[in-house]
Amino acid sequence: MNALASLTGLDKVQPCDDQAVLRERGQREVFCGLTGIVWLHRKIQDAFFLVVGSRTCAHLIQSAAGVMIFAEPRFATAIIDERDLAGLANANDELDKVVTTMFERRPDIKLLFLVGSCPSEVIKLDLSRAAVRLSEKFAPRVRVLSYSGSGIETTFTQGEDACLAALVPTLPQAKTAEAPSLMIVGALADVVEDQFKRLFAALGLDNVHFLPPRSSTALPPIGPNTKYLLAQPFLADTARALEQRGATRIAAPFPLGIEGTTLWLKAAASAWGVDPARFEAVTEAARERGTHALTRYRSELSGRRIFFFPDSQLEIPLARFLARELDMQLVEVGTPYLHRQHLSEELALLPQGTSLSEGQDVDRQLDRCRAAAPDLVVCGLGLANPLEAEGLTTKWAIELVFTPIQGYEQAADLAELFARPLVRRNRLVI
Amino acid sequence: MKLTVWTYEGPPHIGAMRIATAMEGVHYVLHAPQGDTYADLLFTMIERRQKRPPVTYSTFQARDLGGDTAGLFKTTVRNAYERFKPQALLVGASCTAELIQDDPAGLTRGLDLPIPVVPLELGAYQHKENWGGAETFYQLVRTLAGPKAPRPGTQRPPRSEGARPLCNIIGPTALGFRHRDDVEEITRLIKSMGIDVNVVAPMGASPADLRRLGDADFNVVLYPEIAGVAASWLQRTFGQPATKTIPIGVSATRSFVEEVAGLAGIDPTAALSDLSTRSAWYTRSVDSTYLTNKRVFVFGDATHAVAAARVAAEELGFNVVGLGTYSREFGREIREAAKIYNVEALISDDYLEVEAAILALQPDLVLGTQMERHISKRLGIPCAVISAPVHVQDFPARYSPQMGVEGANVIFDTWVHPLMMGLEEHLLSMFRDDFEFNDATAPSHLGIPKDGGADRKVPAPTAAAQQSSIVWAPDAETELHKIPFFVRGRARRNTESFARERNVPLITVETLYDAKAHFSR
Repeated sequence: MNALASLTGLDKVQPCDDQAVLRERGQREVFCGLTGIVWLHRKIQDAFFLVVGSRTCAHLIQSAAGVMIFAEPRFATAIIDERDLAGLANANDELDKVVTTMFERRPDIKLLFLVGSCPSEVIKLDLSRAAVRLSEKFAPRVRVLSYSGSGIETTFTQGEDACLAALVPTLPQAKTAEAPSLMIVGALADVVEDQFKRLFAALGLDNVHFLPPRSSTALPPIGPNTKYLLAQPFLADTARALEQRGATRIAAPFPLGIEGTTLWLKAAASAWGVDPARFEAVTEAARERGTHALTRYRSELSGRRIFFFPDSQLEIPLARFLARELDMQLVEVGTPYLHRQHLSEELALLPQGTSLSEGQDVDRQLDRCRAAAPDLVVCGLGLANPLEAEGLTTKWAIELVFTPIQGYEQAADLAELFARPLVRRNRLVI
Repeated sequence: MKLTVWTYEGPPHIGAMRIATAMEGVHYVLHAPQGDTYADLLFTMIERRQKRPPVTYSTFQARDLGGDTAGLFKTTVRNAYERFKPQALLVGASCTAELIQDDPAGLTRGLDLPIPVVPLELGAYQHKENWGGAETFYQLVRTLAGPKAPRPGTQRPPRSEGARPLCNIIGPTALGFRHRDDVEEITRLIKSMGIDVNVVAPMGASPADLRRLGDADFNVVLYPEIAGVAASWLQRTFGQPATKTIPIGVSATRSFVEEVAGLAGIDPTAALSDLSTRSAWYTRSVDSTYLTNKRVFVFGDATHAVAAARVAAEELGFNVVGLGTYSREFGREIREAAKIYNVEALISDDYLEVEAAILALQPDLVLGTQMERHISKRLGIPCAVISAPVHVQDFPARYSPQMGVEGANVIFDTWVHPLMMGLEEHLLSMFRDDFEFNDATAPSHLGIPKDGGADRKVPAPTAAAQQSSIVWAPDAETELHKIPFFVRGRARRNTESFARERNVPLITVETLYDAKAHFSR
């Protein structure tokens, strides 16, 4: 291990409470923020995402999920060509034409996001102004907003952050006299949302809203009486925008695993002054059921060494869950970006001395990974098969974003996602 | 600016990656922002490659834009060279990096690397994947084989007495539609003719192999989209002729053998008599009669589309009712082929336009790409895939070429499989209302769709038909529904256009059968 430490500079990493982190700068094997469209366009069912970008952007989104999505998508790309690069006024007219065609094809759309890309940012095409212009043109039928999903500014899940941050200024103002409301922020699977809604209702919290909503016409109200709870760890800009509207954040770990879900729910319950006994009573059945379901995976995962490549910013909460509830050993936990404030409750729960890395230099990280020979590697689609071919066992990180994993009822499903590759490797005899 | 739902081709640097990834000992340094690494998964996931593509990305971010992106690129090149020690290096820019104009070529020259460096200028806003692949292959061939070129005007020396003819096979890439198996099939065919293969490129070739390209007597061009430019340079520079025939289908394979024998200066008789396919017998066997005059729509890259149309018409007895390509560079080839079938060529990379054409034609079978498979699934039309863009399903575990003898067999099976079997089709038209075996069920060998065939509903007719004032009488509508789903859409369309031409405002059962008689083939 000494050789590895001096090779990688990991010896400089201090225990987590000191929060020293290996910062890497180099090739990043991660998606850009445009990828968020793959799940956001299914979540907000009357919204359309129009990327203003290059053929690369269109090709990325179509390839991002690993396969093409075989349904009529609520997203498209306005591909910039040579003529647009000649002059900006022209590009705006062209954009208006594309948007008009899009609305003719999809008259059911009520919310359009113009999504900026690397090329549109570099040529300084002002999509926020275009959004205002198009909003006026198509009002009141459609609202047009803009955000950037460009790779020069956003990594993978930060695209969702940028999208939600763009939605925040359009949220209706809550009446000042209104009772305090709770806003759950971050896209969750519909089934998870419904479970949380039932739990909050049982705790006596009825005024609960979700951002993003399933329909653009059901935007949650916001005001000084709004408290928000992040359901996802990658929402820095959205949180800032919510606070500008007067909302206050309830600090909590993220609802992954039984412990994470309990602390997350408890943070909201405490903010509402729910009696601890009631909290125990309401959550007891689900906690016990979930804990029991985790047991079989603990025997499969306990003591196994896991290495996270950076992907979605979910890595730290996931590592906390795997270390504390399934007794896995954390070799390295990579994250594309570490938001110390939003993750402070998570970092406090991580085992002392956990190696954290932020950013990426993929070749150097692969060197570290190979030297450490972990039992399981969590990584993106570009790395998974090559590492499998080298004899390592991998878990595709993207599945952790595309699967319902939050909450009590999903804790065992989440554990199973990590157990499955190990089980499979054991089981195959060829 | 163009509205694009799905794209047939990626940007040109994806083409360059397909060349670099196909080869050994080549590395590609791409000036590109974070996110462009998505391209790696095309190779590791769709093609299930066991190695990462040999590509390093400079990964600049917004905060670098005001600073030294050029310095970042140079560091990236230097580190990639040190780590991977390639025999040749490709350098270039993706779409965003083109805009910041850092000049990867000049920057790399400044590093004075001890290996050949091939700078790529691919024009991300003008060109696409296949163009990028062709240009990259050409630049590599020129850079590496060029120094061994004879003086212009030099006559190619005749092959020495007793030496076996020698050829190169050029065009196969990473992520190509069945390239892996085509190369195997064609290599075997060529060797069986007594011809040696000098180099296969880019697939499996190293820069050292490309230096030897000039040694061959002629070139076998399997994929003109990729190898066409390089082949004509090789012809000009080394006097190497190139094959023109694409050996897809029984007849084309025979013509290919004749052409290759001609270039090699050998007698093709023995090789031709060895060519026998099961498909040639299967298509003449009586159970194939039901294939006669099935209306097919063909779309793909130009090479595969032209070949598929010929096989469809001559070897399966289909009627080609539509033919098109997304490769504008090969529009001429497609237009010429379209004349043979008396159809108008569809040259478009607009997925929506292709969808509209299929909807209007209501073919019995679509031979297309994964995009057309998507369209056909929605419209409930049988479909077989004949061309890139590829999907994980296009890399089957089994040997599955498109070219040569085995390719013809594979094609016969693949194209016939989605269709209703002959007698089944007749029974369906006789007894439409059987509760278990009706026109909402899929062909019996394909299983029953979970939703009972709801996805087979033919979408509402085109806007034009809706706007017209033609009305269907209820009994005519009922009668229409007795027609099996796979021809119902066309029957509706034909009847409506028949009524419109004759100014018949109300379609009755009589109109329906008048139209049927009018259009009957």
